[in-house]
Amino acid sequence: MSKPILTVKQLTKRYGSNTIFENIDLSVNEGDTIVIIGPSGTGKSTLLRCLNLLTKPDGGQIWLDQQEITAKGTDEDRVRQHIGMVFQNFLLFNHLTALENVKLGLVRVKHMPEKAAEQKAMEELTRVGLADRAGHYPGQLSGGQQQRVGIARALAMDPRVMLFDEPTSALDPELIGEVLEVMRKLALDGMTMVVVTHEMGFAREVADRIVFMERGKIVEEGSPDALFYHPKYERTREFLWKITELYGKKEAQS
Amino acid sequence: MGIPFLPASVSTEHGDQQPVDFSRFIQYIASGTAYTFGVTLIALPSGLLIGLVLAFAAVYGGKLAGKVLDLLSTILRGIPPIVLLFILYFVMSGTINLSPFWAGSISLGIISSAYQMEIFRGAILSVSGEQMMASRAIGMSKMQAIRYVVLPQMIRLAIPSWSNEAAIVIKDSSLVYAIGVPEILRRAQLISASTHQPFLAYISAALIYFVLVFVTNRLLGQVERKLTIPVNP
Repeated sequence: MSKPILTVKQLTKRYGSNTIFENIDLSVNEGDTIVIIGPSGTGKSTLLRCLNLLTKPDGGQIWLDQQEITAKGTDEDRVRQHIGMVFQNFLLFNHLTALENVKLGLVRVKHMPEKAAEQKAMEELTRVGLADRAGHYPGQLSGGQQQRVGIARALAMDPRVMLFDEPTSALDPELIGEVLEVMRKLALDGMTMVVVTHEMGFAREVADRIVFMERGKIVEEGSPDALFYHPKYERTREFLWKITELYGKKEAQS
Repeated sequence: MGIPFLPASVSTEHGDQQPVDFSRFIQYIASGTAYTFGVTLIALPSGLLIGLVLAFAAVYGGKLAGKVLDLLSTILRGIPPIVLLFILYFVMSGTINLSPFWAGSISLGIISSAYQMEIFRGAILSVSGEQMMASRAIGMSKMQAIRYVVLPQMIRLAIPSWSNEAAIVIKDSSLVYAIGVPEILRRAQLISASTHQPFLAYISAALIYFVLVFVTNRLLGQVERKLTIPVNP
């Protein structure tokens, strides 16, 4: 369980003279669930997008399975096949049904035959509990269902690691539970996950490690227990308890 | 240009007018519809093809392509179609031999492609961004994302503005009357002169144009409804 899947060294991202984050080091081992927390505007989402090269980092290196993906000449499309991503606003393909959303990558990127792709897509939808919604378009699904299709779409590619960018932030409180449940199950099944979220209940229960980021830097990282009960910095404690108070109620409802 | 066909009951003699049969009027003028169709069916599809390609080039082709196409479109949209028509027919006829029909079809096609490029560019921009990101995130190339995700969505978005443009091209096809193509308006003009019945002549022309535009918009409305993505059952 200690094989590193993602290794990040000295990663830096700037927009003009504005530094989003600087010299980030991070290591994600196989089967780990890493939860990244921190105030908004801290660069968490940008960091996530740099990990699958949707955004180009300005400095530093990233390795996926010991292969440097920030190296020149890397086939980025190939890299992204192996890194699943789930977005805050789901970003399903609006003109395709749930099944077609999951199938598209299998047919076009993995070049699977139509039939096999359909079967695999159906399996993934079943995994997130949406087999009965296969023929529905995104506009016909609830936010929670859309997000679960988004997860199925990413899972279908058999990724080495899954990135979640605030997957429940755009959801009504009563819909958060079903998405977190799917993620919990994934983590238990051994999927390697990096999750940016404000859901502290999820972080405490599922995370192997919590990373606290602020103003483009990692302030502190450690096990949930360490960060919640024995943080090294007062700032960590302050943020954690404030966010737990804010989001705790919502989570209790769901 | 002679008058190929005149309604039998209409006399061309001055001061000797007989009651005019409206349906014959319509018939004579409507026989110009073939030219109206011809000009429209060349200008509109070629504008579609060129406009679509240029719109994607403008959005995804980098900064320079975007700027050049911007300039080109601004220039073309700043010229009245009839001026371009005259340039093509009267100026260019020295170097290339263009029939009035082709000069008209080509100039309307060129101008329409600029407008259609703007329609499609707007549609692409409103789909792109996030849908492109989601496509790239599962490992699609840019071209695949355009082909399988952006294109099918932007086409749907573009249909309402595109039917507008289709109506404009149908109506603008009347401009080729000025270089003698015997289409609807030209025929109305001829029969008006020969019968001294301008009211009937131009009302007939107006009616025919209206029917063409109305039917076209209805058809495109049906296409739009057919392609609508269902929301909330």
